[in-house]
Amino acid sequence: MAARAKILLQAAAVAVVALLIALLGWQIAKTEEGRGLSAAVAAGEAPPAPGFTLDSLEGEEDVSLADFRGRPVVLNFWASWCGPCKDEAPMLQSAWERYGDRGLVVLGIDAQDLKVDGRRFAERYALTYPLAYDGNGSTLGRYGLTGFPETWFVSRRGRLVGEYIKGPLDEETLERNIQVLLGAA
Amino acid sequence: MRRLLVATLLLALAVAAPAAASEERPTLADLEDEIVCPVCTPETLEQSNSAVADRMRAFIRQRIAAGDTKSEIKEKLVAQFGEQVLAAPPKSGFNVLAWALPLTGGLLAGVGVGLLALRWSRAREPEAPLEASSNGGPPLDPELEQRVDEELARFDA
Repeated sequence: MAARAKILLQAAAVAVVALLIALLGWQIAKTEEGRGLSAAVAAGEAPPAPGFTLDSLEGEEDVSLADFRGRPVVLNFWASWCGPCKDEAPMLQSAWERYGDRGLVVLGIDAQDLKVDGRRFAERYALTYPLAYDGNGSTLGRYGLTGFPETWFVSRRGRLVGEYIKGPLDEETLERNIQVLLGAA
Repeated sequence: MRRLLVATLLLALAVAAPAAASEERPTLADLEDEIVCPVCTPETLEQSNSAVADRMRAFIRQRIAAGDTKSEIKEKLVAQFGEQVLAAPPKSGFNVLAWALPLTGGLLAGVGVGLLALRWSRAREPEAPLEASSNGGPPLDPELEQRVDEELARFDA
């Protein structure tokens, strides 16, 4: 009886350790997913953009990346408390206005921010492009983000193309990548 | 026994009263060390000078001024930033594991160590008792003892 209890205890201990290792592996895989995207794009590949469904910043409806399938998307991650995001916002609004008739979508993701601050920011910079809210930052790891602002370019087929911009955009970089995006399938 | 009971009651009251006041009328300091800065985890708001931490402190001040309780303010922050904004996980649902596992682990480890200590102390062979010398001290080397006896005999003579 004692021997059986001992075996059971040992099995339980092994199971707990295995579970903890599996959890650690899952966490590492999640983090590495985003890093892998960055490396793939740098190598000229076009990996699929991770899908997401988030709350809209301004309304009650959801915003999903899949909603924009068939249209090129400038995917911009920002936060109201981020200084360079303030410089970037008018540039993105201008691109949205200039290329909207060619199907281009600018999709802003306000992450790790207070919702009320994000809304105030959108109002202040008169942003009319779609804005999603990711308060808990659920998309950040999947896209390998290291800070704000950062920008990805998603093709009509839902693939990451062009450059991965870590940091603020400038007019030239934005324009160059929009041209890649519009030319990509 | 009665004194002990009264002392326990007084201690419980002393702990519970400030906690209740903090729940109903929280201060920024009450919340700052219970909320984590989302971009500088695991730093709490109290430790962080980041821009988002400043905004969160401003939000907390606003909610305190609006009369929210501590739990209500926490709920509003969790609704926006998720449960990871809390420095300690809530004691409900799956999060109970975060509290229960270390306690259970500690308890099991304590019981295990106790049982092992008991087993080892029983398993140890009792050492052969040393033959005490006539003065109660440790026994002398036989050769030395013989020499001492000879010296004493010579002295007596």
